[in-house]
Amino acid sequence: MVENRPFLTFLTHAALILGVTFLCFPVWMALVASTHGPDALARSPIPLWFGDQGWQNYSQLLTIGLPEAGGVPLGRMMLNSLIMALAITIGKIAISIISAYAIVYFRFPFRMGFFWMIFVTLMLPVEVRILPTFDVVTKLGMLNSYAGLTIPLIASATATFLFRQFFLTVPDELVEAARIDRAGPVRFFLDILLPMSRTNIAALFIILFIYGWNQYLWPLIVTTEEDLYTIVMGIQRMTNSGEALPVWHFIMGTAMLALIPPVLVVVAMQKLFVKGLVDSEK
Amino acid sequence: MQKRVVFRSRWLPYALVAPQIAITLVFFFWPSYQALESSFFLEDAFGFSRDWVGLRNYEALFNDPSYLRSFKTTLIFGFSVAFLAMALSLGLAVAANRVIRAATTYRTLLIWPYAVAPALAGVIWYFLMNPSLGIVAYWLGEVGIDWNHYVNGDQALLMVIVAAAWKQVSYNFLFFLAGLQSIPKSLIEAAAIDRAGPVRRFWSITFPLLTPTTFFLLVVNLVYAFFDTFSLIHATTEGGPADATSILVFKVYATGFVGQDYGGSAAQSVILMALVIAMTFIQFRYVERKVNY
Repeated sequence: MVENRPFLTFLTHAALILGVTFLCFPVWMALVASTHGPDALARSPIPLWFGDQGWQNYSQLLTIGLPEAGGVPLGRMMLNSLIMALAITIGKIAISIISAYAIVYFRFPFRMGFFWMIFVTLMLPVEVRILPTFDVVTKLGMLNSYAGLTIPLIASATATFLFRQFFLTVPDELVEAARIDRAGPVRFFLDILLPMSRTNIAALFIILFIYGWNQYLWPLIVTTEEDLYTIVMGIQRMTNSGEALPVWHFIMGTAMLALIPPVLVVVAMQKLFVKGLVDSEK
Repeated sequence: MQKRVVFRSRWLPYALVAPQIAITLVFFFWPSYQALESSFFLEDAFGFSRDWVGLRNYEALFNDPSYLRSFKTTLIFGFSVAFLAMALSLGLAVAANRVIRAATTYRTLLIWPYAVAPALAGVIWYFLMNPSLGIVAYWLGEVGIDWNHYVNGDQALLMVIVAAAWKQVSYNFLFFLAGLQSIPKSLIEAAAIDRAGPVRRFWSITFPLLTPTTFFLLVVNLVYAFFDTFSLIHATTEGGPADATSILVFKVYATGFVGQDYGGSAAQSVILMALVIAMTFIQFRYVERKVNY
């Protein structure tokens, strides 16, 4: 603070509290709505404080699911989301760390060609080319499988770039020392570079986990078998469940279950999250 | 660009880039090529026959009033989301940069919505604004605004704008805060000694120095609003009422999967891909410039 202005300090806190309210209020209402029965949500204005149906609502959602939405237990959907998020995250990190290693630490024909091939994919989301990608996955017979759900989303340039930037800052002397000690490229990668990249990997892990967990359109079109539904796409079947009135207390319960895991990850690992976010956008 | 000291191997580097390149080729280049190819054909809905039509699919698109309207909707949507999300988060970042007490608590409370999926943000706001029982719709009714996004297209568009911006505030907040913290304190102190007030200091020193951050965020926010909000719209308004919230990326999906018009959808894909690549290029130029600072 440059100078002491009590009124400005008051204004600052007021603005921040207002901002926090704006961001938290919708989720507060979702949480409150998920603890009421259908009767309390039938007339306006709806209650602003918790009801007593929370336990019942959540246990029904987790174990039985909703008949209107195919009757898949949400526990199953959350497990699918977890599998998908972890597969995408680990896959992306694994293939991009080795390709970044090749591009930085080797000199070989077509090196820049490969680099540009990866670079073009940097910002191209799957939604933009949804139909042809769906076609390709159909031709490969990967519909309704975990492979079809995850592998097409593993191709991404962001992680490759992050690792490339990091490798470029690693001092050359380390390579020289390793070579004097007669360590080959694989040995150098496993024993020196990989341990040095730990923080970067952890930070990237958080960002990519959120990305994977929050996938929506891809699981929606690749899976038609209910056993493979993920929770973020599952909510769509509830809001648009035909002629029946939407069951808001269950929908909001589902929304809470879908957003709690990634939000917990962000809050619990805030420092790494901020690092990952800022690094991956450089 | 590259190390001075490198390893030597005839096959290892190829083996290392192979998985990434294979996936990129199969799930990126192949579909993109297919989109480009089928955008020049007219295909019947069962895929039995297709005819070469040259640029006719593109011609049809640009003569289609609903596609042109979708362009306009996308621009209004994109710039509104970017402006709203950036203005709010800049204000919050300036405030957060000023406080000493409870700074971490505020930060935690402001960044978590980043983790909420756009689809969920949409569904939650959809619930809050539901004309018959939403609490925000009820409050709006109390002050005399008749809210019904099922019928009123402008209101539906406003709802998805608010929901999309709500989710993006945390992201912008973090980048603005980082930008503010990198501005040297001495500049602000010097201005204060010259009796420039807080408002003057903000507009003549802080804001100009934030220009690189602001520009970067503008591109990122536009990309977010143009492409990543598909799920938000699909889970709530489904483009309606009467196409009022049908942005371009939603139209690609609707034309292909619902309308079964592969050529038209492919042509739209190609146009969007060109748009994304152009924006990537702008971003890249910006990154290069930043290095020279």
